[in-house]
Amino acid sequence: MIEGFIALYIFMLAAFTGYEVISRVPVILHTPLMSGSNFVHGIVLVGAMVAMGHAETTLEQVVGFIGVVLGAGNAVGGYVVTERMLEMFKSSKGGN
Amino acid sequence: MGTVIQASYFLAAFLFIIGLKRMSSPVTARGGIIWAGLGMLLATLVTFAYPGMHNYPLMLVAIFVGSVLAWVSGKRVAMTGMPQMIALYNGMGGGAAGAIAAVELAKVAGGRADLDVVTMTLAVLGGLIGSVSFSGSMIAFAKLQGLIKKSLVFPGQQLLNLAIFAAILGVGGYIVLGEPLGLPVALFFGAALVFGILMTLPIGGADMPVVISLYNALTGLAVAFEGFVLNNAAMIIAGTVVGSAGTLLTQLMAKAMNRSLANVLFSGFGTTTAGGEEAVEGSLKPIEATDAAIMMAYAQKVIIVPGYGMAVAQAQHKIWELAEQLRKRDVMVKFAIHPVAGRMPGHMNVLLAEAGVPYDLIFDLDEINPEFPQADVALVIGANDVVNPIARSDPSSPIYGMPILDVDKARNTIVIKRGAGKGFAGIENHLFYADNTRMLYGDGQKMAGELIQGMKQL
Repeated sequence: MIEGFIALYIFMLAAFTGYEVISRVPVILHTPLMSGSNFVHGIVLVGAMVAMGHAETTLEQVVGFIGVVLGAGNAVGGYVVTERMLEMFKSSKGGN
Repeated sequence: MGTVIQASYFLAAFLFIIGLKRMSSPVTARGGIIWAGLGMLLATLVTFAYPGMHNYPLMLVAIFVGSVLAWVSGKRVAMTGMPQMIALYNGMGGGAAGAIAAVELAKVAGGRADLDVVTMTLAVLGGLIGSVSFSGSMIAFAKLQGLIKKSLVFPGQQLLNLAIFAAILGVGGYIVLGEPLGLPVALFFGAALVFGILMTLPIGGADMPVVISLYNALTGLAVAFEGFVLNNAAMIIAGTVVGSAGTLLTQLMAKAMNRSLANVLFSGFGTTTAGGEEAVEGSLKPIEATDAAIMMAYAQKVIIVPGYGMAVAQAQHKIWELAEQLRKRDVMVKFAIHPVAGRMPGHMNVLLAEAGVPYDLIFDLDEINPEFPQADVALVIGANDVVNPIARSDPSSPIYGMPILDVDKARNTIVIKRGAGKGFAGIENHLFYADNTRMLYGDGQKMAGELIQGMKQL
């Protein structure tokens, strides 16, 4: 169990991390990065799987099922479009 | 929970952060998404070993259905359609967070689980944010896809939204503190979905980048809250990192438009009519493609300014071909990108990258503005409000104060445009009437083709 204050510390440190990681990003990467961060919150798939795995009533199973479909869509779709966008970046000096 | 699962989640969180860090530099960006992808794969696989789970066959079906739909749509969409796809996938993530909250609350309502007040509060908040992000993103998707053409604005709209929001908070408070029975929970999620729709409908197309970015950040936050409910540190960390990074990105975008976030969300921009407009002096002066080609071919420095019109006309390949022709003639070519050109921040960069334009020829507003006075020709293609000098001169204009590209300071300006219409903000562009501006009317792709032809014949 993640105790209250530990969770708060994790929350705070992660918030600063997100801010720092993004703060010096050039404009040219804004769209791919938005797409990339969209992919990262696809981790919600894991949570949806756990929720569905512990669902008991039919209603819970149905909602859990929808959750897993949506979560998988977020993760896979986010990856595909980000990868496609980043694949195109190259410099005029050749190479990557 | 097993040590292996915990260690895997830890590694996944680490890979996400490293991946995002690498994605924030053009040199390492391509590797970044692969690192993050490995983290996701690892986290998903070990979750199958999570203790006490059942429903595996259905779960595999759900993963298969969601993955295949997203994979196929993501592979098929054209680069110009990227913004709405990001909105769509982001909405799905928000919906998943909402679904987690719904399942957990349904368990509590059925008396099969007992959560403390803090956990209940976060479950409810995560459910609210996730649901709003879900329905709001779907509206954003529908608007960008052209399924919804009009912005819905009616008197008392904000009062109604406020009332619904207050009702949601009231019911949410009741669920946390009182008896969380089935009906309030259903009512809560229904109202949250409706709120997301009503919230997004009045927002105009020009503001969609900011809105998508905001919903992206909100989904991250919802994921973090549900991660706390499920006691999953990987979700807390990944969700929070995206929440804060997305908030920063949203602020950067709103700032680039010189507007506050509140202004974007509550003013119904793009639908308001501009009052007290200055009369425009001068006239629109058309030019033929062959003349424009000569002008550019004998220039020393040409700055190309793309806008949403280039995306609509799918003209990015032709534009790069044109730039290559110019470079062959030793003309210095640079691309100038306004932060909010297009429908997403960096939308133009992605399209130019698709066409093969090296990123070191692409400059943003602050870098390129001092160079316009030395440019012989500025070629504007499908951009309007972001080059309108009225943003500097007329305080009564709705775009007053927005930083613009100083195209009017170039020696000559050529504007490729479909017709004499106005931009998103619905205001006249004084640049088009300036003495040294020539209008090249037509579809962006076709006109770029004619410019290339004209240049080859010289």
